[in-house]
Amino acid sequence: MAMVREITFAEALNEALDYEMSKDPKVVVMGEDVGQYGGIFGVTKGLLEKYGEERVRDTPIAESGFIGTGVGAAASGLLRPVVELMFIDFLGVAYDQIYNQAAKIRYMFGGKAKIPIVIRTVSGAGASAAAQHSQSLHALFVHVPGLKVVYPSTPYDAKGLLISSIEDDDPVIFIEHKMLYGVKGPVPGEPYSIPLGEADVKKEGKDVTVVATALMVHRALEVAKKLEEEGISVEVIDPRTLVPLDEETILNSIKKTGKLVVVDEAYPRCSFATDIAALAVNKAFDRLKAPVKLVTAPATPVPFSPALEKEWIPSTEKIEKAIREIL
Amino acid sequence: MPEIPKEKLLWIYETMVKIREHEERVAELFAQGKIPGFVHLYVGEEAVATGVMAHLRKEDFITSTHRGHGHFIAKGGNIKASMAELFGKATGICKGKGGSMHIADLDVGELGANGIVGGGIPHAVGAALGIKLNGLDNVAVAFFGDGASNQQNFHEAINLAAIWKLPVVFVCENNLYQISLSYSKQQTIKSVAERAAAYGIPGVSVDGQDVFAVYEVAKEAIERARNGEGPTLIEAKTYRFRGHFEGDPQVYRSKEEVEWWKENKDPIVLFEKTILEKGLLTKEELDAIREKVKKEIEEAIKFAEESPWPKPEEVLEDVFSTPTKGVLVWQW
Ligand SMILES: Cc1ncc(C[n+]2csc(CCOP(=O)(O)OP(=O)(O)O)c2C)c(N)n1
Ligand SMILES: [Mg+2]
Repeated sequence: MAMVREITFAEALNEALDYEMSKDPKVVVMGEDVGQYGGIFGVTKGLLEKYGEERVRDTPIAESGFIGTGVGAAASGLLRPVVELMFIDFLGVAYDQIYNQAAKIRYMFGGKAKIPIVIRTVSGAGASAAAQHSQSLHALFVHVPGLKVVYPSTPYDAKGLLISSIEDDDPVIFIEHKMLYGVKGPVPGEPYSIPLGEADVKKEGKDVTVVATALMVHRALEVAKKLEEEGISVEVIDPRTLVPLDEETILNSIKKTGKLVVVDEAYPRCSFATDIAALAVNKAFDRLKAPVKLVTAPATPVPFSPALEKEWIPSTEKIEKAIREIL
Repeated sequence: MPEIPKEKLLWIYETMVKIREHEERVAELFAQGKIPGFVHLYVGEEAVATGVMAHLRKEDFITSTHRGHGHFIAKGGNIKASMAELFGKATGICKGKGGSMHIADLDVGELGANGIVGGGIPHAVGAALGIKLNGLDNVAVAFFGDGASNQQNFHEAINLAAIWKLPVVFVCENNLYQISLSYSKQQTIKSVAERAAAYGIPGVSVDGQDVFAVYEVAKEAIERARNGEGPTLIEAKTYRFRGHFEGDPQVYRSKEEVEWWKENKDPIVLFEKTILEKGLLTKEELDAIREKVKKEIEEAIKFAEESPWPKPEEVLEDVFSTPTKGVLVWQW
């Protein structure tokens, strides 16, 4: 079989944007430095040259204004905007347009509106970017009804999920972990879509289930590989989309292993991790053979110094320890 | 007074009295406990929505506010369905999920009232962007209050529309209050229109009680937008005759002040006076319109009262549009 070419996570996203823009003239890209500059992480590179200034729009630093513009453009039925929020941390200056407007318009209007907008944004620690450029705030979107939330871990998933997200008629928050942009993986050149709501079992196992997202999927897999040598079989599940959630795949795995560790690079309370733990307790309690373990960041802002930041982010050591505690 | 065809004059009168009749009946129904929630009425401000909407087509877009019934009616929204919505009935335009603060009618380009002050302003800019990129000659109009003009969205959205030269008109309804805070305590400038200079676009202030004046100013701004010449900021100085919302004790203004506006600046009375003096319409024509409007509103109320409540299971419907695998609407 021919080798599939390998490209980076950022390049995979770029291919998805390029494909959607070539296919549908209603798709427009907006955000800070997305044009000539190609996005500060290079995701929109080349789109301006190919599709022009009308469809690839550099915006002033007006996150509420341009996300709101995207929402209105989507509601009007005339465009399908893909809007970039440069860092997820900037959510605070634009949250209303996302959680009160984009998320609720359809419901408030009795199902009469469609809001086909994708808000791409960047999360995650690991770049010594400190407390206002390193957060993982996916739970804030999961909490609010009306938003679909996508958080991929591989270049392959990133491309297929972004294509599905742009073709979806609901507001989608598409979160990209900044430490994954340079990660390479096999990605077909042709377009393909991955349905929202389908988890991916990244590694099969029978002793313990680890549910992890984005960068944490990679750490969980690293630990699983190490433990495999000792004969410990770890199943690693990447939900890929947090809303909709593939409950079935997660619950089936818990029922098989009887043990659950959730790894979530985020603050520990009212979080994706606590949510999955609650799911397990609520719907698979009788199958659990051990306490559910959560590996998350502590409830502190993200520190700057590499020495401190390393301690803040859930490490392979902490994941391994959590698994061993319930074996 | 501008040259206005007779048909348009009739439409203007009908629209203004329809809004007035609608709002006064809604006030009564609210007092009777038949309409739940918050209700912000547009009585006194009718000339603004009417004078602007006189120039809009069905395909043009508007965004509205918490004080949105007047915009909705003037844009040609379905009044039976909106009345049922105010009651929270299943036949409501939003199936009882929105209420007064979220009434929308996408069929006539009404992109919605908004419970968040200033929240809708960028939506009009977005619709205008869609219009431009699709090569259409439609326009979008954002309505908002004086209070909203201090909001981030006012600044961010107008600036975007200005740099992108979008076909949008910003209409600030300066009714001199942001709930209780008077305009002179919100900003130091005499008119919100002065802010247009900061965006390099035209700004014009107009007497919002004079429907002819609003008509003229809006005509120019909307033509500019349609011709691809970019946005305009209009400030219409107006006054709400009732409280901020129904039940407002109005401690922040005197009865005399309110009476003065009602006696001297009622937009409907002013219109009638001019139009009869100039002999453009007859008393009989005006009376006939009032009769017709009363009937229309009563029919809408009857429809709303007789409509069924939504069914409990509908709580879970209409959150998302595209179905997916997995759990979309979570319930423990
Ligand atoms: C962001 C936000 N802040 C505050 C409120 C509460 N609120 C509702 S209406 C209103 C006053 C708005 O004043 P203005 O924009 O002048 O409109 P008006 O009510 O006078 O028509 C306030 C403060 C809100 N709904 N949204
Ligand atoms: Mg006001």
